[in-house]
Amino acid sequence: MKTPPLTVAITGMNALPDNPGPGLGVARCLKEAYGEAVRIVGLGYDALDPGLYLGQYCDRAYLLAYPLNGTEVLLERLAEIHALERIDVLIPCLDAELPLMIGLADTLAGLGVKTFLPSAGQFERRAKASLPALAQAAGVTYPEVKALASAQFFRDCEQDGWTYPLVVKGVFYDAKIAANAAQAEAAFGDIAAEWGLPVLAQRFVAGEEYNLAGVGDGQGRLLGEVMMKKRAVTSKGKAWAGVATADESLAGLARQLVAELQWKGPLEVEVMRDAKGNYQLIEINPRFPAWIYLSHGVGRNLPALLLELALGRPAPAMAAPRPGTMFIRHALETIVPMSLFQTLIMQGQCAPEPAQARPSTEIRHPIKEAL
Amino acid sequence: MAGQTLDFPNAESLKRLALSESGFIFDPVTGNSFTVNHTGLAILRLLQQTLDAEHITRRLQAEFDIDAALAERDVIEFTGLLRGSFV
Repeated sequence: MKTPPLTVAITGMNALPDNPGPGLGVARCLKEAYGEAVRIVGLGYDALDPGLYLGQYCDRAYLLAYPLNGTEVLLERLAEIHALERIDVLIPCLDAELPLMIGLADTLAGLGVKTFLPSAGQFERRAKASLPALAQAAGVTYPEVKALASAQFFRDCEQDGWTYPLVVKGVFYDAKIAANAAQAEAAFGDIAAEWGLPVLAQRFVAGEEYNLAGVGDGQGRLLGEVMMKKRAVTSKGKAWAGVATADESLAGLARQLVAELQWKGPLEVEVMRDAKGNYQLIEINPRFPAWIYLSHGVGRNLPALLLELALGRPAPAMAAPRPGTMFIRHALETIVPMSLFQTLIMQGQCAPEPAQARPSTEIRHPIKEAL
Repeated sequence: MAGQTLDFPNAESLKRLALSESGFIFDPVTGNSFTVNHTGLAILRLLQQTLDAEHITRRLQAEFDIDAALAERDVIEFTGLLRGSFV
């Protein structure tokens, strides 16, 4: 008898060109590792999330209510979807939803939906505003961070020993380098309007940025680390092209952090490397990064590793790092029948067809088809 | 050159470089890549074996059939380019 495929629900299917969510990369990794043995249920917050229409990676798509609607609304919706899809594992991929998902992990487990997530305490300790204390406890160098409720700080900060340029950051997303007080105040206003307060000020660190993705096993071990340097970025500073690197000192830094946190689940460690080769911690993201498909490219498929751990199976052996493997993104138009978009809007769900299964004649009369 | 000490990048940084026949160089730690000409490639290959400037100059002189002054100048110039490029 054929084993039914594993059903994995993934959020963050908002694969936008300038600032992509990680969900599509996670889905691609799982399809690469498991093929038809896995079904992907894409969960999105917007009917224009591109990943929801890519049938080769997303077998079924559903819309969720935005996280600000609270835990009960989210649970109700996930339970509805689970009743239809029998989700085996849920992989949340967006920072803003993670506190809710972490709070629901036990309830979801009771429903039969497995996750592999950090505790609320672990999540909070790596928050941007908490990073200095964590870095100190882990013995890792970090630039000073200050949580701000007002932009007044930027007018007076030079008296307190801060210098420009400095970095203005949102508590969940976004970071802008400000060369003076006027730029910093403008950045504060933009970020506060989009992501709310507090806004963070961080001392600027000169150097090159490196990112490390991995999975914490919840017992202090970092598994399958993959390192990357951005070679080209979007207008929002997100990787458009990157190259895999391998530096034992960066891996060691990440191991110290994971051990200190006893981190459970995926994570991305962002660091700056100065001219002397010293690393300073910039951020820890509590999820896979959007460039996670590179992990498949270097033979260390981290989403597949996470899925195995979530299912209670032993961690698979990882290949040796393959520095020099590159990725380059591209923008691609997906042709979407109006009927599919309409179904997602009106019913909150749709079943995207694999691209190759869609006859080309269908695209010639989209309006007629929608009517 | 005799007795002269050149300030090479550290040996570890040089040894980790991946050198291709075409002159494309990749540093697996920093992710940086760059290109060099035949002379640069030859000097880098020698630098992966030794940081002895006199030895490198002699080998370069023999490999490219050039006089000692030119070989010495190439090594000094290339070393200057390398400094600051690696950590």
